[in-house]
Amino acid sequence: MPAVSKGDGMRGLAVFISDIRNCKSKEAEIKRINKELANIRSKFKGDKALDGYSKKKYVCKLLFIFLLGHDIDFGHMEAVNLLSSNKYTEKQIGYLFISVLVNSNSELIRLINNAIKNDLASRNPTFMCLALHCIANVGSREMGEAFAADIPRILVAGDSMDSVKQSAALCLLRLYKASPDLVPMGEWTARVVHLLNDQHMGVVTAAVSLITCLCKKNPDDFKTCISLAVSRLSRIVSSASTDLQDYTYYFVPAPWLSVKLLRLLQCYPPPEDAAVKGRLVECLETVLNKAQEPPKSKKVQHSNAKNAILFETISLIIHYDSEPNLLVRACNQLGQFLQHRETNLRYLALESMCTLASSEFSHEAVKTHIDTVINALKTERDVSVRQRAADLLYAMCDRSNAKQIVSEMLRYLETADYAIREEIVLKVAILAEKYAVDYSWYVDTILNLIRIAGDYVSEEVWYRVLQIVTNRDDVQGYAAKTVFEALQAPACHENMVKVGGYILGEFGNLIAGDPRSSPPVQFSLLHSKFHLCSVATRALLLSTYIKFINLFPETKATIQGVLRAGSQLRNADVELQQRAVEYLTLSSVASTDVLATVLEEMPPFPERESSILAKLKRKKGPGAASALDDGRRDASSNDINGGVEPTPSTVSTPSPSADLLGLRAAPPPAAAPAPAGAGNLLVDVSSEGPAAQPGLGPTPEEAFLSELEPPAPESPMALLADPAPAADPGSEDIGSPIPEADELMNKFVCKNNGVLFENQLLQIGVKSEFRQNLGRMYLFYGNKTSVQFQSFTPTVVHPGDLQTLSGFLDRWAQLAVQTKRVAAQVDGGAQVQQVLNIECLRDFLTPPLLSVRFRYGGAPQSLTLKLPVTINKFFQPTEMAAQDFFQRWKQLSLPQQEAQKIFKATHPMDAEVTKAKLLGFGSALLDNVDPNPENFVGAGIIQTKALQVGCLLRLEPNAQAQMYRLTLRTSKEPVSRHLCELLAQQF
Amino acid sequence: MQFMLLFSRQGKLRLQKWYVPLSDKEKKKITRELVQTVLARKPKMCSFLEWRDLKIVYKRYASLYFCCAIEDQDNELITLEIIHRYVELLDKYFGSVCELDIIFNFEKAYFILDEFLLGGEVQETSKKNVLKAIEQADLLQEFQEVLGVPRNPSPDSLSHVMNILMSQCTK
Repeated sequence: MPAVSKGDGMRGLAVFISDIRNCKSKEAEIKRINKELANIRSKFKGDKALDGYSKKKYVCKLLFIFLLGHDIDFGHMEAVNLLSSNKYTEKQIGYLFISVLVNSNSELIRLINNAIKNDLASRNPTFMCLALHCIANVGSREMGEAFAADIPRILVAGDSMDSVKQSAALCLLRLYKASPDLVPMGEWTARVVHLLNDQHMGVVTAAVSLITCLCKKNPDDFKTCISLAVSRLSRIVSSASTDLQDYTYYFVPAPWLSVKLLRLLQCYPPPEDAAVKGRLVECLETVLNKAQEPPKSKKVQHSNAKNAILFETISLIIHYDSEPNLLVRACNQLGQFLQHRETNLRYLALESMCTLASSEFSHEAVKTHIDTVINALKTERDVSVRQRAADLLYAMCDRSNAKQIVSEMLRYLETADYAIREEIVLKVAILAEKYAVDYSWYVDTILNLIRIAGDYVSEEVWYRVLQIVTNRDDVQGYAAKTVFEALQAPACHENMVKVGGYILGEFGNLIAGDPRSSPPVQFSLLHSKFHLCSVATRALLLSTYIKFINLFPETKATIQGVLRAGSQLRNADVELQQRAVEYLTLSSVASTDVLATVLEEMPPFPERESSILAKLKRKKGPGAASALDDGRRDASSNDINGGVEPTPSTVSTPSPSADLLGLRAAPPPAAAPAPAGAGNLLVDVSSEGPAAQPGLGPTPEEAFLSELEPPAPESPMALLADPAPAADPGSEDIGSPIPEADELMNKFVCKNNGVLFENQLLQIGVKSEFRQNLGRMYLFYGNKTSVQFQSFTPTVVHPGDLQTLSGFLDRWAQLAVQTKRVAAQVDGGAQVQQVLNIECLRDFLTPPLLSVRFRYGGAPQSLTLKLPVTINKFFQPTEMAAQDFFQRWKQLSLPQQEAQKIFKATHPMDAEVTKAKLLGFGSALLDNVDPNPENFVGAGIIQTKALQVGCLLRLEPNAQAQMYRLTLRTSKEPVSRHLCELLAQQF
Repeated sequence: MQFMLLFSRQGKLRLQKWYVPLSDKEKKKITRELVQTVLARKPKMCSFLEWRDLKIVYKRYASLYFCCAIEDQDNELITLEIIHRYVELLDKYFGSVCELDIIFNFEKAYFILDEFLLGGEVQETSKKNVLKAIEQADLLQEFQEVLGVPRNPSPDSLSHVMNILMSQCTK
């Protein structure tokens, strides 16, 4: 008879469940439930005390209603009452309700914990297990606090029943996982390890899970478990299929325990003890041997259990990665599974082989299965299996099979499920780049990607192909020819237009000799796509057009016509309009020479991590790509396929990829230049901008040797008619300041005029005036030689705003600096003047940088200085009476508002000079404030557009000690510190 | 193991066991998504799939789907056999178990599961030991009933239930 009658049937519950099942509609069901809830509520509230059975029945009904998906907000108290019932099933239902519907009502938790405590102390194993199950099911921190200390004791107590030990072990595991800090380590841990020797297989099964978790956190404390686990495993593996009685599962001895033991061993490296290791290797070999034996049963359960152990064994072999013989055997075994009729086995074999592929011992063995895997990619009916096949192809790819694998993946892409297309695209792009022997193949592959799955080709992918083409002059002609051909297709993807537009703009001249791709043909081909494209693409094409004017003067009239058209000049989109206006003006105003300079070919891109690889890593999570991009088995490939290393003739400086394409849309972070000589494409470089990392930027010496960067032509800022090209301070143009830049700048903290810099070639003088938050600075550049400086371009940037890309877009957040253009030529012995209008928007700590580049006798020169614009320049002196001063001084008494420095005098201590310096610093000097007349007291307000910062200062000279003490109090902490440092250097 | 779900071919949830702390809202969302995903799969497809950052192992027995979510390093095949062993335990306890047994005796299904798996790990794999624990509890109950307050089952309500059960089973 079915067990409905077993134990205890609750009639009322069965009736209720039947009623619910007989409800014809959702509404009817809700009605019936509400009726029942009302009934239960009235029963619980009623005066008559309910007997245990009724309570159990109603609590059970509530539980059923909750499991149907309805909210239950009462009955908890009744369930808690059931916990202290003497009747087993009442207690059991109470615990079930608590486990499923626990809430953190503190009052209840206390009661529940009390009931659990009683049951744990009852010495009745059945009750103890119920209590332990409840703790394990709830696993909350409150329960951990209450019981984490007791459970280890129960676990290792000599008189605990086996079933209690089992529950205690897993209960402790759950608590340890939830709050490891609550479980005290101690003497019990050693005894837990010895549970591996327990006679009761169930106890071992439960204990191994706990031990594995403990090992992961404290491997050294549990090392003794290795030999115990090996001997236990060995006994199981070598036992006959019936020895273990009820622990044998379909003729497989203790499969769950075996798998758990193998997992435990994966917490450690191979055993150091030779005997233990020998025994373990024997076990692993036995498992591999058994896989070849004929099955003892045709049931799938038999083969599943057997193969579960086999796969776990293979995982351990891969984890050790030290036994070539076992690795190759594992690989062969998986190879057999690749063609198994069971889909599950094929799936797991593909998955497992992925990890084998990254081992140097088995990589070759894995490669022999390439045809089977390709076949799986083509014929598997289940998308999740195909996904595994694609992963494996990616993992087994190397120089020898890259072409085959990439072409198969491309073919698969045509029919691939939408869900995995983007990932396949990324993988193809990475493999094509990593293993490219000739770059024409690489270009073909990427263009194919765009053709087949253009929608899934992300920015990273097509940016990358442009970077590589730009950096490899051997492929530029081929790339131009190929994109030209690809663009012939009547319907081609917009990404193709982008790539085509960019490449033809840079290298269209390389195919212009062929009348079939003459300049006018190239232009009209591109322009035929123009109107169908998005704004971003059209913006890019406009840049291509202005580049064409430089490359092919014969297209100038046509292109100017296009730019002049009302649809461009008055385009509603401000970016397009601005480009059209600027490019049109540039093309009419600038001389051919200037055009040639401005629109020069892009310089090579700096070395950086493939942004595609970074994207794949992001997609797959950490660790996923580590097996994929691991360079150790293919280290030699890096020198070739780091193919974008800078050519020796030019030292490239980093340039943000955003401006590469002249698109303002979310630029990937600019990478710092790779260390010299590192050809590794996959080197993980920091994504901070160069200004933030002066250490990595070109040293001044290199900067002097480096060739003049052509200004980025795509940046419309650079092309405004009024300012000089260099007025657009792209961060890429700025090297690190020269070493003495700080010293030079410090000379100007307390004065506004003087010579900022001088060497044999150049003298730079400064004259400046400041009022409130505004300032005007005149810079005088004097050519000390008799030779003309050419391409003379001074640039001002504010690094504080350039450290982040958002800062780059939102430049001059702290300071607004407007520069007027200067002549590009400075005659020998002549002086040119540049005017800077400066507005302080908010408080700032770092001064702007002035970068000067020019050619002297053909040799490029460059130099970066710190501009003497410090925050004290915006001081407005404030006079105040002693009383006011002290009152304010007290108001600024928070510790972070004060900055103090005690320092040795570096100049003779002269009161008059000190006074002059303090006045030059900008503050008012207040007499009769400090009781000591030797001391100086000052006050002022720093004026910025956004806010005003009140500052008070006090300088106490000690003539005997030749020391000063300087104290500053302002309402902004960084300002106090900064002013204090600036001023302290002046004495 | 992170959780186990039993649901019918119609997508009705019959049993849910969570071994990780999640809010009710999350549980409902996960259940809805997974039931949809699994029911959409064709019979011959493999029993494993990647879902979020978990591995899903599922198997269908008659009208019921058993579905487990395990972590990356867990063993798929042994999880498949966890499901099978649980089915065997239910089968042995109820005597050729059907979906209805689990609906009407959901509490028993939970008790059996707790004896077999605890905190998401296998506690006891021996069928005999698991059922012994459950039967002992049943015996304890009967024993207590003999000694305790006897209940008066009214013949009407009992036959009502039996009729319903019979009609459901033959449906």
